[in-house]
Amino acid sequence: MFYRESGDFKTSYVEDNQTFPIKFDRYRYYFVLLVAFLLVPVLINDYWVNAVFMPFLIYAIAAIGLNILVGYCGQVSLGTGGFMAVGAYACYKLMTAFPEVSIFIHVLLAGGITAFVGVMFGLPSLRIKGFYLAVATLAAQFFLVWLFNRVPWFYNYSASGQISAPERTVFGVPVTGASTDAWASYMFCLVFVTISAILARNLTRGSVGRKWMAIRDMDIAAEIIGVDPLRAKLSAFAVSSFFIGVSGALFFAVYLGAVEVGEAFGITKSFLVLFMVIIGGLGSIFGSFAGAAFLVLLPVLLKNVLVGMLGWPTDLAAHLEFMIVGALIITFLIAEPHGLAQLWRVAKEKLRLWPFPH
Amino acid sequence: MKLKLITAAVAAVMAAGPALADLTFPSLSYRTGPYAANGIPFADGYADYFTLLNERDGGIGGVKTELLECETGYNTEKGVECYESTKGAGSLVYQPLSTGITYQLIPKATADGVPVHSMGYGRTSAKNGAVFHNIFNYPANYWDAASIAIKHLLDENGGDLKGKKIALVYHNSAYGKEPIRTLEELSKKHGYELRLLAVDHPGQEQKSQWLQIRRERPDYVIMWGWGVMNQVAIQEAVNIRFPMENFIGIWWSGSENDVLPAGEGADGYKSLTFHNVGKDFPLFGDIQKYVVDAGKAAGAGDQIGTVLYNRGLYAAMLAAEAAKTAQAIHGVKDITPAMMRDGMEALEMTEAKMAGLGLPGFGPEFSVSCENHGGNGFGAVVQWDAKAHKWGLITDFFQSDQDVLGPLVAEDSSAFAAENGITAGCN
Repeated sequence: MFYRESGDFKTSYVEDNQTFPIKFDRYRYYFVLLVAFLLVPVLINDYWVNAVFMPFLIYAIAAIGLNILVGYCGQVSLGTGGFMAVGAYACYKLMTAFPEVSIFIHVLLAGGITAFVGVMFGLPSLRIKGFYLAVATLAAQFFLVWLFNRVPWFYNYSASGQISAPERTVFGVPVTGASTDAWASYMFCLVFVTISAILARNLTRGSVGRKWMAIRDMDIAAEIIGVDPLRAKLSAFAVSSFFIGVSGALFFAVYLGAVEVGEAFGITKSFLVLFMVIIGGLGSIFGSFAGAAFLVLLPVLLKNVLVGMLGWPTDLAAHLEFMIVGALIITFLIAEPHGLAQLWRVAKEKLRLWPFPH
Repeated sequence: MKLKLITAAVAAVMAAGPALADLTFPSLSYRTGPYAANGIPFADGYADYFTLLNERDGGIGGVKTELLECETGYNTEKGVECYESTKGAGSLVYQPLSTGITYQLIPKATADGVPVHSMGYGRTSAKNGAVFHNIFNYPANYWDAASIAIKHLLDENGGDLKGKKIALVYHNSAYGKEPIRTLEELSKKHGYELRLLAVDHPGQEQKSQWLQIRRERPDYVIMWGWGVMNQVAIQEAVNIRFPMENFIGIWWSGSENDVLPAGEGADGYKSLTFHNVGKDFPLFGDIQKYVVDAGKAAGAGDQIGTVLYNRGLYAAMLAAEAAKTAQAIHGVKDITPAMMRDGMEALEMTEAKMAGLGLPGFGPEFSVSCENHGGNGFGAVVQWDAKAHKWGLITDFFQSDQDVLGPLVAEDSSAFAAENGITAGCN
């Protein structure tokens, strides 16, 4: 009734090509932005930021990055943890080497460095495909973690090999380090998430994204119609690694504050982000958010319900949490193999016809 | 639906907060995950001691204690969630039993004014309380452990280690790398040759490291391991017939879990400790009477008297004593985290005090001050008797080489202070 194209007249190509062509969608999007930027920072406290919002936002960036590579370009990658580590260590080295430069620029530079490393490890994708590529990126994962553990220069020769983020500010407001206000770190991550999502959305519906999707759907056919696989695949690796690097930098500098490469960026991190992409929906920006929310927020919610409200023993709750999350993943994937994004798409399709389904 | 979930979550967070009149002790435990076998006994010991205080004495100074347990699974992200969810409840002191989580809590807890007690783990240079105001690591730390191990070897060799080869098998993480610097410094002083062998997390694969040990035949092996790594290392040492009495583990590599899988072969394996072992102490009678028989034992109740249970118990005892000290200093029964910090800084453990608690000779005597948050660095060596299934102390508690460690602590803590813009000082 209210969710439909009719009555919303477009008089220019720009209007016709906008991201949200349906008026209701558009207003909902503005509303979400408004709440996220104006309302949430006023209301949140340390717990909500550190346990809920920050992991959600940071994993969302990582999931967007991986989704570009796996979902849009069809190149399977298991190196996400390693690339996040590159972002984190690049950010750490930059933060300590140039303390007077704004952390905002450091995070972007860390993304750029990760993009470069990603392209290096993306080179084999020109020769190998599918599972074999997954194994090649797995090698990247192990190599990068080993490198950051082995070479003391990366952790500034500290005794323990841990890296910890010193205090850095944006416009005079600290966003890393101990005395950070909840709203500041939240806003810092939110700005990055918003820019990443808008950038990714527009890349994927432009000519670059179409080339990626052509490669994904059938690389030989794509080559015949004039898509250069070298540039398409390497650009996907570069853009994807850029986002993953940014998320790694934020993960270390803003969220955790101190990391150890093997524990924080191990192979489990690669799988976690890959699961987010698969559960959320391959080839969908909304899916990246949905997947991140599902895998980050559900365990926290379950813990609070089982331990906080029902008062169960913590170990029992932790085991049960695994079972419930696992069961839900299977249920969702059986009900909708294309992920949460497809559920959302179907719901919108139904809404468009409602209340007259025929 | 989403709104409902959010409401439920909010309600849950609210409900998690206990009544404010209690002394709240959070327990960031791990009863699940790869290190659960070690996390469970520690958490049980920690919980049982507070239960005993509540049941027998009505709490600390007449105020009941409240234990807030939160499962971390040894995972730093969950550790952050646990810290944030419990700190609002007036938590007095954090003991995360994980070096990774400790490193993360150091800046956060300092900013929030909550003390952290990393007993025998965490960041060693936190011993310098002039820089680390809220972080405590008494009674001993990793560098003490490295020095104690070397001192024990010196004793065995008549004070001379020249030309001896010592191998360090370590967990390739922040935790395992801690002793390297100290062992290198000590090798300069005593003239032994140090070999470093890293084992990657989780440590199930150590064939190559032990092959190297078999080839190079070091005189002694020191181990910095945790969890499954310990069991595998001890088994591998048995397999290559390495003499067990020349194999010394840090205190985190010396629990029943580590030696039992290797059976008879583990007989004679040594480990360090900073508290006593076994349950031949009067306090355990009270635990049996007030906690176990009353059906209030934490977990399955089958860990009592194991090494890590005793360590949890010791940690809880030190926390309770610090709370008592804080109550005495401030003349308030309901202490805040800031008062707790003062209590920890003024803590003094004497033999008379421990005997009065029913734990005579349970740990070394030590006192804490602003300059020294790490105690006096006393430790002892225990040895495993595979036939009797028992650990036994083979030395008294003795002090580490403070001449070597002092400058190292000063150097590392001043680097931290410079990096974070902290002006060191006691006021």
